[in-house]
Amino acid sequence: MVGTFRGGIRPKGARAATSTKTVRDIAPPPRVILPLSQHTGTPAKPIVKVGDAVKRGTKIAEADGFISVPVHASISGRVTAIRDFPHPAGGMMPAIEIEGDGKDEAVDAALWQDLAAAEPEAIRRAVWEAGIVGLGGAGFPTHVKLSPPAGVKIDTVILNGAECEPGLSGDHRLMVDEAKAIVDGLVIAMRAVGAPRGYVGIERNKPGALAKISEAAGNLAGIRVISLAVKYPQGAEKMLIKVITRREVPRRGLPLDVGCVVQNVATGFALAQAVKHGKPLTSRLVTLAGSAAAAPGVLRVRLGTPVSHVIALSGGARDDCARIVLGGPMTGVAQSTADVPIVKATTGIILMRERDLRTERAGPCIRCGRCVERCPMGLMPNDLARFAERSRVDSAASYGILDCIECGVCAYVCPAKIDMVHWMRLGKAAVTAAGQAGSPG
Amino acid sequence: MKGNLSIASSPHLRDGLDTKSVMYAVVIALVPAGAGAAYYFGMRALAVVVAASLSAVAAEAAWQCAARRPVTVTDGSALVTGILLAFNLPSGVPYWLPVAGSVFAIAVAKMPFGGLGYNLLNPALAARAFLLVSWPVHMMTWTAPSRGSMSGIDAVTEATPLGVYRYAHGILADPASTAQDLGHAATCLKELYSTASTRNLFFGNHGGSLGETSVLLLLVGVAYLLARRIISWRIPVSYIGTVALVAWIMGGERPFQGHPLFHVMSGGLILGACFMATDIVTTPVTPRGKLFFGVGCGILTSIIRLKGGYPEGVSYSILLMNTTVPLIDRLTRPRILGETKAVK
Repeated sequence: MVGTFRGGIRPKGARAATSTKTVRDIAPPPRVILPLSQHTGTPAKPIVKVGDAVKRGTKIAEADGFISVPVHASISGRVTAIRDFPHPAGGMMPAIEIEGDGKDEAVDAALWQDLAAAEPEAIRRAVWEAGIVGLGGAGFPTHVKLSPPAGVKIDTVILNGAECEPGLSGDHRLMVDEAKAIVDGLVIAMRAVGAPRGYVGIERNKPGALAKISEAAGNLAGIRVISLAVKYPQGAEKMLIKVITRREVPRRGLPLDVGCVVQNVATGFALAQAVKHGKPLTSRLVTLAGSAAAAPGVLRVRLGTPVSHVIALSGGARDDCARIVLGGPMTGVAQSTADVPIVKATTGIILMRERDLRTERAGPCIRCGRCVERCPMGLMPNDLARFAERSRVDSAASYGILDCIECGVCAYVCPAKIDMVHWMRLGKAAVTAAGQAGSPG
Repeated sequence: MKGNLSIASSPHLRDGLDTKSVMYAVVIALVPAGAGAAYYFGMRALAVVVAASLSAVAAEAAWQCAARRPVTVTDGSALVTGILLAFNLPSGVPYWLPVAGSVFAIAVAKMPFGGLGYNLLNPALAARAFLLVSWPVHMMTWTAPSRGSMSGIDAVTEATPLGVYRYAHGILADPASTAQDLGHAATCLKELYSTASTRNLFFGNHGGSLGETSVLLLLVGVAYLLARRIISWRIPVSYIGTVALVAWIMGGERPFQGHPLFHVMSGGLILGACFMATDIVTTPVTPRGKLFFGVGCGILTSIIRLKGGYPEGVSYSILLMNTTVPLIDRLTRPRILGETKAVK
């Protein structure tokens, strides 16, 4: 048993609705759209031309610099376009379109060797080559996290199996089905950064996952499985580190400042696949949920599959589906079109009906203080939102708006229905633009 | 699927609680004490509540119409102000008095500041202070409970327990008091602290403002608000705790011989600490700030009650503390996660 972090909420929501079902494979689509930017950092550079034949696993774009990762074809076929396509993060972004040949041939992995026991540098190289990024939604390149700067000592690797977003259960499913590979991933990550300790943090409402991971971890040296309180945002990096290690990441610092590296369990799995089996990242688990989803469940989807295709093949959406959210209901992004592709960081597809949408007009703040009491970062969202709304950039900065993790807790609890997260984003952008990061710490 | 997808900022989930449900929860929490007022002071008490509530709602609607703003009186906040103002009035006041108070609360203490969420002072208490200085006789003529009391006669005036306390301590402190006076004062105090008197305080069978008398019924309402997490425990507990502590230390004839239970249950403390000092708009938003606010109210109330020239101190204490809220909020900002202790 470990403690908890301050604030947070216990959102209602059908958490377990999709977690007990087996994973359904969505067949390779006739066409995939693979954005060059599916990660934080510089977009990848295409290394194929229109007309080139590719197989599943063929590298089609290479990393451009260190904070960048390659992109691999997720089906076999032919490159049909390299141009701007709708992107789940909003707007149009360059992507490579591949039309499938229906054969779904994979590249030969025979040349790969099991690198699990290799030197850290070889592990990092393999992870980088496989195009692995944070699969919990952040999309930060994993090899970068596994490369602590000289002089920084990492003693702890944490695999994040909290999956605190209500309604998502892809990680839960993966932990039950692939516990051994996830623990392998943890061991590999510990080896890569030279950390003696490893943890897998799992919320207590996933007893199946806790049991399977504990079994897989057995009595491996230095590894512990941690049962976490069921509270949102338990899976936020800073909360997880605080709860498991009792360390606090300094304001605007990184986990490595307190000797930690945090990876999602799905990232751990992908890492093991890359290092032990030479498999690049070409598919992922996606939770299909929401009241407008005809057949909710966990799906294995090829990267680049258009969301509309996933919905059609997974049982469809109800006629009154009014909103499509990619990610979880607390932090996900509402999409303007179903043509956007599934990318590396897509954790879920939430289909919402009209009646689920919150359409109330925001009223005046009644100073109830619920946001202040619940903010897991210890901020005063009521003041920050007001500063942002009135363009009081200096005040927003000095009240720590850049510390906001946009978890959405303040907006969730607000009785006046103020669009807190919207104002936070605006305020953060304004503060960053003004170059006034406020005095940290 | 529809042609046009709806987009909005995350989160896409929301708690069911809204401003309206917060306000109506307070109304529900005031129902037991309102029923108690009807029981002890008769239907006239209810009529005062209705007069204050209707006029508060009407005043807000009129203001919003005149200002050409959306009329939002259904949010329940004016209703809460009206009821709370009535709870702070003696039941025998003429009907124009609650009307005047409600109009003052809305048109002077609330709307000119920007309406809901922006007023600095608790509107009901500001109105009570206004009525008290304008019509002190009406405001301090306490009706004895007409039911459950021995007299059974309506409109008999009765001193409030705190009035008796003040009177007796006045005699004790006066060097010119005769032995007979001193004996009388001691008897008064002994009676005040008796079990029978304490029981009356608890159930509400004594003179006072119509909604403040029954500790039991007020606590029932507070329990409801706490259970629904509409209010935080911090202000009521720190406020009442401070009054009890100071009363114990300084409220008796010698230090540490006071009667905390008497001070906690008499006057408007329970009503004030649980319903007025917890008014979310006019109190601090930070958890620590709420504690400071409660302690501040407690100290001021104790000073006014024990050392001031006026028997009751709850409303003025809360009003004074209301004015410090922006400062308290600024000084009690929570520690940001990862912030080092050396900061400011």
